[in-house]
Parts: sequence; structure tokens; C-alpha cells
Amino acid sequence: MLYISTKYQIIRKDFPFYLGKTAHGGLWVQIKNLPGHLPKESPSHVFLQEIMKWNGWGYSDSRFLFNKKGQAEFTGKRYIIIGMIIPGLKDWFECTFGASLQHKTPATPLLNSSAVQPPTLNEAFVEELKSTGIPFSQDAEDRVFRAHGHCLHEIFALREGKFGRVPDMVVWPNCHNDVVKIVELASKHNVCLIPYGGGTSVSSALECPPEETRSIVSLDTSQMNRILWVDEKNLTAHVEAGIVGQDLERLLNESGYCTGHEPDSMEFSSLGGWVATRASGMKKNIYGNIEDLVVHIKMVTPQGVIEKSCQGPRMSTGPDIHHFIMGSEGTLGVVTEVTMKIRPMPEYQKYGSVVFPNFEQGVACLREVARQRCAPASIRLMDNEQFKFGHALKPQVSSIFTSFLDGLKKFYITKFKGFDPNRLCVATLLFEGDREKVLQHEKQVYDIAAKFGGLAAGEDNGQRGYMLTFVIAYLRDLGMDYYVIGESFETSVPWDRVLDICRNVKARIVRECKERGVQFPPLSTCRVTQTYDAGACVYFYFAFNYRGLSDPVHVYEQVEHAAREEILANGGSLSHHHGVGKLRKEWMRETVSNVGMGMLKSVKDYVDPNNIFGNRNLL
Amino acid sequence: MASKAVYSRDPMLKKRDDFEDILEERRNSSDLRYALRCYAPVVYKGLCPSKAGTLKSMVLQSDQLHYVIHQVCRETGRAVDDVQEEVSSILEEMAHRLQLSTVRFFAFTLSKVFKTLFRSICVNEEGIQRLQQAIQEHPVVLLPSHRSYMDFLLMSYLLYTYDLALPVIAAGMDFMGMKFVGEMLRMSGAFFIRRSFGGDKLYWAVFSEYVKTMLKNGFAPVEFFLEGTRSRTSKSLTPKLGLLNIVMDPFFKGEVFDVSLVPVSISYERILEESLYARELLGVPKPKESTSGLIKARKVLSEDYGSIHVYFGQPVSVRSLAEGRVNRCQFNLIPRHIPKKPSEDIHSFVNDSAYRLVRAQEENMVLKPWVLLASLLLQNQVSGQKRGIALDELTEQAVWLRDLSRQYGAFLHWPEHTPPSEVVSSSLSLHRGLVRISEGRVQLALGQTGGPAAPGEPRSAVTPEEELLSQAVIILSCASYRNQALHVFLRPALLASAIHTASSNKKQEVFNSFSFLRNMFSNEFILCPGATVQDFEEACYLLVKTGALQVTQQDVLVTERGHRTLVFLTSMLDPFLQGYQVVCRFLCEEATEALTEKQFIPAVRKFIIKHLLAGRLRYTEVLSSDLQKNSLAALLRLGAVRKIKGAEQGTLKVNTVMVNSLEDTLGGKLPTQKAVIARL
Repeated sequence: MLYISTKYQIIRKDFPFYLGKTAHGGLWVQIKNLPGHLPKESPSHVFLQEIMKWNGWGYSDSRFLFNKKGQAEFTGKRYIIIGMIIPGLKDWFECTFGASLQHKTPATPLLNSSAVQPPTLNEAFVEELKSTGIPFSQDAEDRVFRAHGHCLHEIFALREGKFGRVPDMVVWPNCHNDVVKIVELASKHNVCLIPYGGGTSVSSALECPPEETRSIVSLDTSQMNRILWVDEKNLTAHVEAGIVGQDLERLLNESGYCTGHEPDSMEFSSLGGWVATRASGMKKNIYGNIEDLVVHIKMVTPQGVIEKSCQGPRMSTGPDIHHFIMGSEGTLGVVTEVTMKIRPMPEYQKYGSVVFPNFEQGVACLREVARQRCAPASIRLMDNEQFKFGHALKPQVSSIFTSFLDGLKKFYITKFKGFDPNRLCVATLLFEGDREKVLQHEKQVYDIAAKFGGLAAGEDNGQRGYMLTFVIAYLRDLGMDYYVIGESFETSVPWDRVLDICRNVKARIVRECKERGVQFPPLSTCRVTQTYDAGACVYFYFAFNYRGLSDPVHVYEQVEHAAREEILANGGSLSHHHGVGKLRKEWMRETVSNVGMGMLKSVKDYVDPNNIFGNRNLL
Repeated sequence: MASKAVYSRDPMLKKRDDFEDILEERRNSSDLRYALRCYAPVVYKGLCPSKAGTLKSMVLQSDQLHYVIHQVCRETGRAVDDVQEEVSSILEEMAHRLQLSTVRFFAFTLSKVFKTLFRSICVNEEGIQRLQQAIQEHPVVLLPSHRSYMDFLLMSYLLYTYDLALPVIAAGMDFMGMKFVGEMLRMSGAFFIRRSFGGDKLYWAVFSEYVKTMLKNGFAPVEFFLEGTRSRTSKSLTPKLGLLNIVMDPFFKGEVFDVSLVPVSISYERILEESLYARELLGVPKPKESTSGLIKARKVLSEDYGSIHVYFGQPVSVRSLAEGRVNRCQFNLIPRHIPKKPSEDIHSFVNDSAYRLVRAQEENMVLKPWVLLASLLLQNQVSGQKRGIALDELTEQAVWLRDLSRQYGAFLHWPEHTPPSEVVSSSLSLHRGLVRISEGRVQLALGQTGGPAAPGEPRSAVTPEEELLSQAVIILSCASYRNQALHVFLRPALLASAIHTASSNKKQEVFNSFSFLRNMFSNEFILCPGATVQDFEEACYLLVKTGALQVTQQDVLVTERGHRTLVFLTSMLDPFLQGYQVVCRFLCEEATEALTEKQFIPAVRKFIIKHLLAGRLRYTEVLSSDLQKNSLAALLRLGAVRKIKGAEQGTLKVNTVMVNSLEDTLGGKLPTQKAVIARL
């Protein structure tokens, strides 16, 4: 039980959910203050799924619901909403989706173990594994829990109590050497291994290939979660790959450091998973993406361990072998240890937001910020639909004064400045660093924004924008209770294509939904979440009300497929950071060319000729 | 042969909208009030409101133009300012200056003019509603058929009447010659393009950027004529691809989600330019457009030109057309503003789409009974009936043809509750310049004596050649009406002629012959590229359905009652067959080493006149320069004639053996060997 507590504390002061201020404006959720990190002597894997949902996002006790009055609330004791009601959500929800609180689609509450296929065991493997003393389990719940990521079809099936092929057993190695033993045994006995980190995949990467006839073993890295050493001279830390994002940050913070790597899934996703998928963090403008952050990687493959001999910051030694590992999506081996760059914790942080009269102006501003290379730690631009969504999530205001202020702001922007409420959009900003430099930087960015008609719109709006990221997955579960399904997907695209791709993909989603018999117009919205010198990362959110459809998941998948086709046709990439998995692998060949495909295949053939790492992602 | 792909659609069931006469309201209410009424059209939802002036600066500041300007500077060593100035003046010369006041002026005057000229102007209002919807959703391109100068004024007039966004119209530079009128047209939305600017990179860049900018911003619907120019023969012309390419490009490059193409079919009961066209085809050069010429033309105001039907077709989504045909990823690796020659797949896609659109125009062309009468009278005239045809016989034939054409899916406007004899006589009276009725017999109004003069017979001050040409004017005018119905009969007629020339019942041989003819005539008629099998199936389907043909696995058999149909159909194509043959004969017999493309038409005309006067040719129609040009184009396409580049401007090199064998195959003297088919 003690171990569990390490999993849900977020005590960093900059983490969006933890804000010391009183409850208005941006503040929603406060993280309960719990005792610090506890020693790892008694880790017990059994508990992980007890505190996590088996058929939805995040912690079991944390969820949105509509109360008896039809107002939205958030439950649980981990995130606390201090008596806060979200009055606008119901109306927004009903208007946007044509959904009704009368029409519920509740999930199957309990996992029915008898519906899970009995495990196919490789007895010889199990016997030898026992002798190593590495913990393992064949329990149905353990196996189901590691049989999926968070794609819509995966969660939808779980909510209906349906299970496809699931791993036949789960092992919990405690360190690098355990992994070496497991991989050796798996190779010896021809067992299929699927590495499992935080389970936040959205690319069907964790799905067991239904055609796999061998015994499938899920290799859960969660117990390999120690920081092995911190090197303050070189500003690096050597960390076991199973560590989860929020723990890594918290532990480093204790000694005044951070990695600065904050993907949206950082509450649950693991370091090994980041490496295996080429993850990207919200604050990459300061700290870099995962490929910029790693200095050294150790990976166990069926051919042995791969690693570099030194920690030089850059090498000219042929193609960088790290780049075979990063993005390999568990097809080559298990990442066990990583040396990562660390930074002193920033002295000062400030949120901000800018309202633009329209999305075009907003994109032009982001482009200019990128051109001048003065992007803050994070800069994101939400389109009008998402702005409205964010607005609907505003908690009830506590005083007449704040509501009066809000009214004034609205009046100023729409009436005085003439912004059309159906066209305006908002950029959220996060600055980090020395106090003085932050203020200077802030001014520079706001000056650029002003050239594109942008008006500063306060810190609260900025904060709330970032919060949307963290609660959106919980909101999807709420939608699924009321006939609404949806998901997000991402791409990266050159600057000159950003507007075109946003418009076309959103329009394509609307058109495809209509053609496939979706009764109500879908929510089809996007935001620009990262800026680069040569382009940007764009995120799409898409959800619809599926009442009247006989096979909503199929419709969903067809629309998502069409949307991806549209992305590719508009010069977007197959993925910016979610990865390929099995969901997008049909487009790999056209993405990397025949020769590229052959290169990747030949690496796979050499490293893992018997396909021990048989999750069949990517290729 | 994909015999499975049966032409399953029943043309009889084709659902078409009803028409409303817009002149009716004009006759009952004030034109002035109409011209001054509140005009507030719906606009494209993605419209960035901009004036004509800002439009120009958007074009001038575009990346595309910047790129080309610098390219031109690099290549020619000219100064940037200098080139930029040229660009501005090209744009100045080109750009429209759409002004509501001018439109109101036209709305007023055209109301007056239309009411005098026409009995009615009928529009399918459902089409208007579809268009209104389309304008809001996506950028719209209007693609009217082009039979008269009237077309684009009429289009703008209609859109104004229905409170729809006024189009900007691509017009040929020749209008600019008419000083005042040119400017008026410019202010009513026309923009002017040079007829030929082959190698002029800069001109092309300005032009395409100008059109794309208007389209992408949803400034206004863009209107142009797929056929490129007015059809002098009333046959649809094979489409020109330049502008279609330009308006599709923003979709290929992802700059717009979709583009709606709206084919519009404008059918005139009587064409204003009727005899003008005939003269032009016979080699009397057309008068250069001038304002004074237009005023002289006002005598046309006193005549009755019947009615006009305008059918706004179903909007065609470029996105749907391109689905699975165009890989848009091909634009991913080069900045989109760098001009690139369209790739092979895009070129063939645009070409196929263009044909489909022209076919859509054809299908919705309204045919008047006179069109059928003209077909019958022409056939009758050739069969040597000096005294014409009895009125009641003509009526009987017309009714027969009416039923046949309906079964083939013609959009025929035959008054339902009027006795056929009345329909016939009122049609004849509207076209009294072309027919003569005496003693209850009808014939074409050829010359004084009522029949073609005997060759060589002298007549006071009129040479036989002049007489021939004046008869030809009547015949070509008449043929232009028959041509309106050609698309209805074309495929069955090709089959009928194929059966005739193949002189065999074997399906495969008939198909070979069909395929040969179809290929031969693909510059003459609208035949979608690569659709030979489909066309053959369609023709078989129609002829079988009407009981004229029996088609088995192996054989094609003409039925007893099918004889009449087949004779009619082959006679329909006969003038064209003979025309192509005589062009071939000319090339074999008379083409010298030095024959240039320019000299071709006058030379072949002389040759034909000689043979007509000698009574060796049946069809005066083969004098049509359109037919002669098309046959040359076909021979060039097939490689039987080659253009020598470099030396004398466009010298024609004739492959006599091949031309000879083509002539013989057309005449049915040579079987269409498989080898020939494969090579063609």
C-alpha cells in the first residue's frame, strides 16, 4: 500500500494542478498533500491496478460525473476540487454533441475474469522463471490490465466487458539484470515478450497480435523505478527506465533539479516508454524532446545488451545507434536504464494567454515567435471550438465581483475590440527561468502578439488551458457514459501548411461523420501545441454522439482513418510523438520509402531474428 | 470486353428539374425597380472580405509571383523593378473591376433587350438553390456551355436576378478591342486573358495567381468556358484544360478543402449568331469585334429568337472526383509556390474531369422540336428529294424521332398537349429563314429555284461557286441545330455505322470497327478518353432496349423493325465520315511538300468545292472548316500526318500509306484489323 502513494503525488509547484491560490479562475484541482517518496523495499505490483481504472483513464476514484442537479463535478480524494461546480459543462456538452443526460451508456462495472481467455503457458519458461525468483502472475486482472493502451476501441471494448487476446502472464523485473535473464529465457523457450511501461499508448502498440500463437509475456517495467545516480558536475542523472514521469520529476526536485520533460501523460507514462516512442514534452522549447535529453541508453535485446561506451555529448561514429532504439516501439528489446540531462529547477514560472481575433492571426503570431526563436517554455494555440470548450470548463465563480470582471473582459474583447466570439482563439503561454528574464521574455512575446492583433488575456486563462490537457482524458470517460466517443491525434507539419491542414482535416472529419450516418455534427477541433524552426505540431480532437449507430467504434475508426489520410495528403507527418504502433503501420512504407522500410526490417532481423519482441508494431 | 459493365441506368428515368420563366416577372413589373433593388447575396463561409484593389495587391505580394519574378530576372538579367512593373501592367490589363452600379445598368438594359428578343428565359430553380448552397460551402466555379456572346451576360443577369454572388468571368482579349463595351464588361465582372501566351511564364504566373486568389478567398464564383471559345457548330467542343487545371490546383495543394464545379447548360432555341457562324465556317472571316459592329447588329432586335433554357447542373466536387485518382502527397516535397508542370496523373485526371463536365453540360441541354426537324430535313435533302417532304410525312417522322430520342434520354421540350402538326408548323415558322413550305411540302430554303443548281449551269452574275456557298450557309445553319441533338444519338450512331462498315455480325468485329470510329472521331465529338467499352455497352443497351438490335454473346443482329433506326443513325454520322474521307483524299492527292498548317484549310476547301461542283460529293456540309480542322487534328494525333518543327512554320508531312488506309477503313473498304486498333 505504501508504494501506491508514490504514484499520485504531484508536489511540484509548477504542475498545473497544484496551485496555491484560492478557487477562482484557473484553479480546479488541487493535489492532496501526501507524505513524500517512500523507500522501495516492499514494492507490490498487485496494487497498481487497484488504484487505477481497469476500463478508463487514470485513478479509479477520480472521475467526472453529472450530479443530481445536472452539474458537472469531479470525484475522488486524489485530485480535489474544493467544492467546485462546473456549471457550463452540461450545456456545452448537450449543445455540442446533441447528447442528453437522460441517455446513458454506463460501463460494465466489474472485470469478469471468466470472460478472459485462459493463459497459454510455456511450462519450461515458467519453470525456469520461477527459479530466478522474479515475480510474475497469471491472474486474469493483471493480464487484462496490460493488454491495452488508451485508444478508443480498446477502452470501448473494456467498458463493454469484451477482451481479445491478452498476455498469458506478467513479469515484474526489478533491475537490468532481471531483464537480461527474462530475455534470455524468452529467447531460449521462444516466448513472445511485450514490454509494458505506463500503459498510456494510443497507437494500439500494446495490443497482443491476435495471430500470435506463442505464449505472450508482458514485461512490466514498473518496479525498475530508481534514480541510480545524479551527476551534478555534468548535470546528468542515471535512471531506471520504468520510472513514471511525475515520480522522476518529484525525486529530482527534491535535490533541486528537473528534467523538464513533461508529456501530457506524465502522471502515468514511463521513461522507457518515452524512449521507445520518441516522446515530446510540453516544455521542449527549453529542455528539448526525448532525443535531445538522453545521453546514454541501455537496452536488452535477444542478441545481448546494446549501449555506447562513453557519455560524450555528441559523437561522429556512424549513424547514431540511439536512433535505432528511440522509436523502436518495443520491437527490438527493453530499455532498462537511461542517462538523462537534468537542469536546476527554474526560479520562476509564469502562465499567460493571448486572445487573437482569429486562428489565422494566431498561427501567424506563433510562426513569428518561432522565426525569432523566442518561444516560451510552452506556447499553444487553441482554435475557436477549443476556446469554447475551455470556457465551458470554467468553474463556478465565487463572487459577484469576479463574475462582474469576467463580464467586463468579455465586453472589452467582443464589443470594444470587435472580436467575433465565433472566430476568436486563444494562445496559452508558460514562461520559465530567472524572474527578470521571464518578465523580459514575456514582454517580447506579448509585443509580437500585439502585431498580430493579440490581446493579453491573463494568467488564469493560460493555466486553465494547460489544465484542459490533463483532464481531457477523464472527460472522455464522462462522454462515454453518455453516447459520446472521441479521441485526439497529432501530426507535425511545415509552417506554410499549418492553416491548410487544420482547416482540411477538421472539414474532412465533419464530412466523413455525415457520410457515415452520424446523426449530430461532431466536435472537430485542433490546436497548435509545439513550434519548431521549420514547422509545428498540431493536435486534433474529435468526438461525436453515436446514438443511432450500430457500430460506433467502426465508424470512429473509419473517420480517424480518413482524417489521417487527409493529414498525409496535406503534407503532415504520420506522427509527431504518439508513434506508429499497429494503428498507423499501414502508412509506414509510404512514409519512409521502400529502402527505409528495408533498413528497419534488416535491423529487426539482426537484433531479433526470432521475433521474441513480437508486438508487431511499426513494421 | 467487360460485358458485365452493363449500362444499367435508364435514361428515360433521368430526373430533371422543372423550369421557371424569369421574363414573366420582368414583363409584369418595373425594370427600374428591379435594377435598383436591394442585392444581398449569400457568400462563401470562409470569405475574407476584400475589395478588387486589395485583391490585386494580394496577387502582387504572393509568393508565387515573387518566385517567378526573380526567376525571370535571373534568366533575362532584367531588373526586379522592371519585371515587377510588367507584372503590374499585366494585372492591370487583366483584372476585373466588378461594380454593382454597372451590374444594375446591365440588369436594366438587358431586361429590355431580352424581353424584345426572347419569348422566355427558363431557369431550373432547384439548380439555383443547389448553387446557393454550394456557394456557401466551398469556392464555386461556374462552367457554362458557350454558344453565343450572350452567354456570360446572361449568366450574370441570372445570378443577379436570383440574388446570388456575381461571378468573375474569364473573357478573351478580343472583347477589349471594343473600347467602351470592354470596360463595361470589365465592370460587370469580366477579366481579360490573352488568347495565346504559350511560353510567357510571367503572364501565366500572373494569370493563374489572379484566378487562384479569387477562388481561394471565395471572393466570387469564377466563371469560364470549358470549351474555350464559342462553338460555331453547336456541337460541344473538346475541352481546354488550362483554366480547369488552375482552379483545381488549390485543392490538390490543400489550400482549399474542396472546389465545386457547376456545369451550366444554356440552350438557345434560335442562336443570334446563326448565319454568322455558318459564314465563318465557310471561310468568310468573322468581323473583328467592335462597338459599331455591335450597334449595326441591332437589326437582330426586331426578330423572334424563341426561348432560352438555362439548366444549372449538379455541383461536382473536385474532392470526390479526385478520390483515389490523385495522390496529393506529390506536393509535399517542394514548396507549393514554386510552379511545377502538372504530373502525368494530374494531367489525365484533369482531362477526364473536363470531358465528364462537358458531358454533363450536354446532357442537360434542352432540345426543341426544331432540332429533330432539322435532322430530318437535312437527311431528306441529301436523299435527293428535289421537291422536299410532305408536311404530314415530316410530322410522322418527327413523332417517331421524338419517341426515339426520348428513349435515348434526350432532354426534349416537346409541348405535351399540342397536336404534333401544330408543334411542327410553329417550329418551322420560327426558323422560316431556313425552310420553305410550298404546296404542303417542306424543304430547306436553298437558292432561288428551290433545289441545288445543276453543276455548270450559268446564272446571271452568280457563279456556281457563290451559289454553292450560299446554299452551304443554309445547310450549315441547319446542321448546327441537328448538332444539338448529336450527343443523344452519338453512341448508337457510332454503333450503327460500325455495323455498317464492319459488314459482319460478329460482335468482336463490330466492336473493333466501333472502337476505330470512336477513336477517329474523338476530336469531333465529346467522347470520354478510355471509355470505349463503356460507350459500346451503352450503345448496345440503347439499341437493344428500343428493339433495333439483338446482341448475343458472339453476334450483333439488326432486327426487322430496327432497320429504320439504323438508317437514321448512320445517316447522322455520314457527313462526318465523308468529310474525314475527303480530307484524307485531299492529303493523298494534293498535299505538296510545302503544305503548311495555315494553308491547309483554304487548300482543302478549294479541293472540296471542286468535287462538290463536279457532283462527286453528297454532303455540302463537309465544307465546314470545323470538320476539316478536326479531321486534321485526328490525323495528327494518330501520327498519319506530322508537323515538322523548325523549318517552315508548321509544315505538314503526310504519311500517304497510312492516310490512304485510314480513308479506306472509314469507307468500309478495309476491315478494321486488330493490329490497327492496337496501334491506335
